[in-house]
Amino acid sequence: MQTPTLFALLLLLILVAYGTGFSRALTAARTSGGLRKLASLPSYYGLHTALWCGLPALLLLGIWLAFDDAIIRALVMNGIADKPDTVAGQNLLYAQIQNLAAGHLFGEASPQVQAAAERFTDLRNGSRNLQAALSLILAIGLGAFAVLRFSPQLRAREKVEKVLRGVLITCACAAIFTTVGILLSVLFESLRFFQSVPITEFLFGLHWSPQMALRADQVGSSGAFGAVPLFTGTLMVSAIAMFVAVPVGLMSAIYLAEYASKRVRTFAKPVIEILAGVPTVVYGFFAALTVAPFIRDLAMSMGLQASSESALAAGLVMGIMIIPFVSSLSDDVINAVPQSLRDGALGLGSTKSETVRKVVIPAALPGIVGGVLLAVSRAIGETMIVVMAAGLAANLTANPLESVTTVTVQIVTLLVGDQEFDSPKTLAAFALGLMLFLSTLVLNFIALHVVKKYREQYD
Amino acid sequence: MTDLTQTKLTQQQVRERIEQRLASRHRKEKLFRGLGIASIAFGVLAVLILFTDIIGKGSGAFVQTAIELRVHYDEQVLGIDKVDDESLAWANFTGVIRQALQQRFPQATSRGDKRELNSLISTGAPFTLRDRLKANPELLGQTETVWLTADDDVDTFVKSLSDSAEGFRGRTSDQKAGWIEQLMDSGELKKRFNTTFFTNGDSREPEQAGIRAALMGSLFTLLVTLALSFPIGVAAAIYLEEYAPKNRWTDLIEVNINNLAAVPSIVFGLLGLAIFINFFELPRSAPLVGGLVLTLMTLPTIIISSRAALKAVPPSIREAAMGMGASRMQVVFHHVLPLAMPGMLTGAIIGMAQALGETAPLLMIGMVAFIVDVPGGITDPSTVLPVQIFLWADSPERAFVERTSAAIMVLLSFLILMNTSAVLLRKKLERRW
Repeated sequence: MQTPTLFALLLLLILVAYGTGFSRALTAARTSGGLRKLASLPSYYGLHTALWCGLPALLLLGIWLAFDDAIIRALVMNGIADKPDTVAGQNLLYAQIQNLAAGHLFGEASPQVQAAAERFTDLRNGSRNLQAALSLILAIGLGAFAVLRFSPQLRAREKVEKVLRGVLITCACAAIFTTVGILLSVLFESLRFFQSVPITEFLFGLHWSPQMALRADQVGSSGAFGAVPLFTGTLMVSAIAMFVAVPVGLMSAIYLAEYASKRVRTFAKPVIEILAGVPTVVYGFFAALTVAPFIRDLAMSMGLQASSESALAAGLVMGIMIIPFVSSLSDDVINAVPQSLRDGALGLGSTKSETVRKVVIPAALPGIVGGVLLAVSRAIGETMIVVMAAGLAANLTANPLESVTTVTVQIVTLLVGDQEFDSPKTLAAFALGLMLFLSTLVLNFIALHVVKKYREQYD
Repeated sequence: MTDLTQTKLTQQQVRERIEQRLASRHRKEKLFRGLGIASIAFGVLAVLILFTDIIGKGSGAFVQTAIELRVHYDEQVLGIDKVDDESLAWANFTGVIRQALQQRFPQATSRGDKRELNSLISTGAPFTLRDRLKANPELLGQTETVWLTADDDVDTFVKSLSDSAEGFRGRTSDQKAGWIEQLMDSGELKKRFNTTFFTNGDSREPEQAGIRAALMGSLFTLLVTLALSFPIGVAAAIYLEEYAPKNRWTDLIEVNINNLAAVPSIVFGLLGLAIFINFFELPRSAPLVGGLVLTLMTLPTIIISSRAALKAVPPSIREAAMGMGASRMQVVFHHVLPLAMPGMLTGAIIGMAQALGETAPLLMIGMVAFIVDVPGGITDPSTVLPVQIFLWADSPERAFVERTSAAIMVLLSFLILMNTSAVLLRKKLERRW
């Protein structure tokens, strides 16, 4: 049976179960003298039977669907006598078997592959039938069990609420599952990477060229995984971005909070917030096609040598992207500074700018620092702008007019397209991902801590 | 101030000193204020430049150059004698177009000239003729006048004529430019609304490339994202806001949510690649996987805004319901949740807008493939609008710049639509207590 039909059938069974539970409760109420004689409202009896009927069956189905492919593959591949040693070869063979089983493969197939394809078809059909049979039996059996167990004294509402509460808790834990998932996926592949490339070489090596040699005698493809040029490139682009975003964002937040009239505020604030809603790929396009040529021409006219993909263009546009982030976070903390502090300073005769510089900013400083740290972590993790505008060459340079590459650019270039999960080239992307995750984690943690601590002061 | 008291100045001297410094203090005040205005102006200017740049580059893509030709559906050239699906599939419509061009410009005789002449019309034009003949089988053997899409080089040249008299030549030779001008003068060349852009999938030929496939891919991806992230996000918010005891476990969940909100999106792509594609072996390039990854990414946004919406419901509502004997679950689902729904929906729309614009994690899970067919379901290979923009931005043809900008305009209008509806929804439905 196809999976969608099975789902539809299960859904139907659940509805039937609900109806049965509901009507049984109603009849029981009628015979025993009103709804008051029931422990719960009739709809809870309906839900109770529906949960018994649907939940275990759906759980079984979900687990089955998640693992059946892997198990079938293992069974099919174990049945083959002389299979290739490499993972890539095995993948190819398995794809061939699958295509043959689906009838897509034309031409000659070896008898061994044909036998495997038949075995695959048998296993898959068997798995589908078994899954349908088991989940339907489970649904009908447990649904019937719940119907039979019905009694007016059954505390259906409490049972239903217990299940619902479990569902709520599971959903709340999704965040933890995600973090664990990120850590596991990045960590495992990174550890495999560090088995072939020593961690010291990765962290302190000055040469990055991830091309692995396909043949032993190939020229120039030794595969060097020294990530320092990527780190410096990331830092340079982020530094340029922060150099733009922090002063502009902070000053506009100050102006909007302290100086601007209501009319200016209602106009300027949303306009600047628009910058936050523009997708990064649009900034990338803008940086690559408008800003980078402009900067190159400008540098040429001043007699400087500039690459068409420069760190400056990417950093500048990234800075523009981060302006609203800095300004809205600083706006929050500046507004949280109590008015009495400002009044005190103004009362002593200081001008408005002196009040801001000597009283408001120092009072809001922890929050501003937290916001800036969050902005830095965002700049480090930003991908599309640098992919489109910063270039691929891993130059170890301090010249912002040259092209540099960043951690995120390399992750993208290493992973776009087909990957083999046994080559250091692919695994290197996960090691870079681990670095990225850890550095942003530390930055976020410090920033959130600082912001939280500061908020408690004036609340 | 301390130095003033130490040297024991007279009142007169103090006043003089204050007045001396007053000018410079006021100057500083003005400077500070000016810096503030300059920053605001910089931000507003950035918005203006960005939008005028995109619109200026992209507005041309909504029109397309077409050339009028008298086409004779010659049975011999086509190589068919009846109109049915099989013969249409083999019929030589390119030959028909070449014949028509030859008749229009009989002066082109050499091989090179002919090749240049044939490159006036898009390579997709034969399919237009095939569809016409399929719809009207009686046209076989007849002659009719049709407008056919011009090649992208012609399109670029014609559009650039309005900027400068010379125009952007590129691969267009003097002879070809002469023909084009001849066609323009006789009214056999016009610019028409570019429907192809909205009805076609991706193509290597700019004049045949459209955003339909990418739009459908975005739609399917967003549907998966919405179907998963909204219920899970709301459930998580309800638990954290209404049930969770104050303990370490709850703190851990909260720290995790706040932290995930600031994790770079590309890391979610790595997670999707390692877990959904490599471990669970879900299909690559599918909206299903894209939706799953974007769900994990938008979940923190939705949880945080849903919690804010729940917090805004006053405790008196809960107390009143409890007082009437409702269970805790009934209080939440019958009373608090309906009141918090507008706020939650606003958060969901903002989360979806964020998901619609996201590119980087989708590159990791293979949604960068060259997809011509419009996807029909959540497991078909597809791409999404931002990734389509990324792909086109990399294409060397000049005509793709225009289409990239136009696709950006479409994407931005969807985002503006979503964000405005979120703002309106909040204004209209949100209650203040």
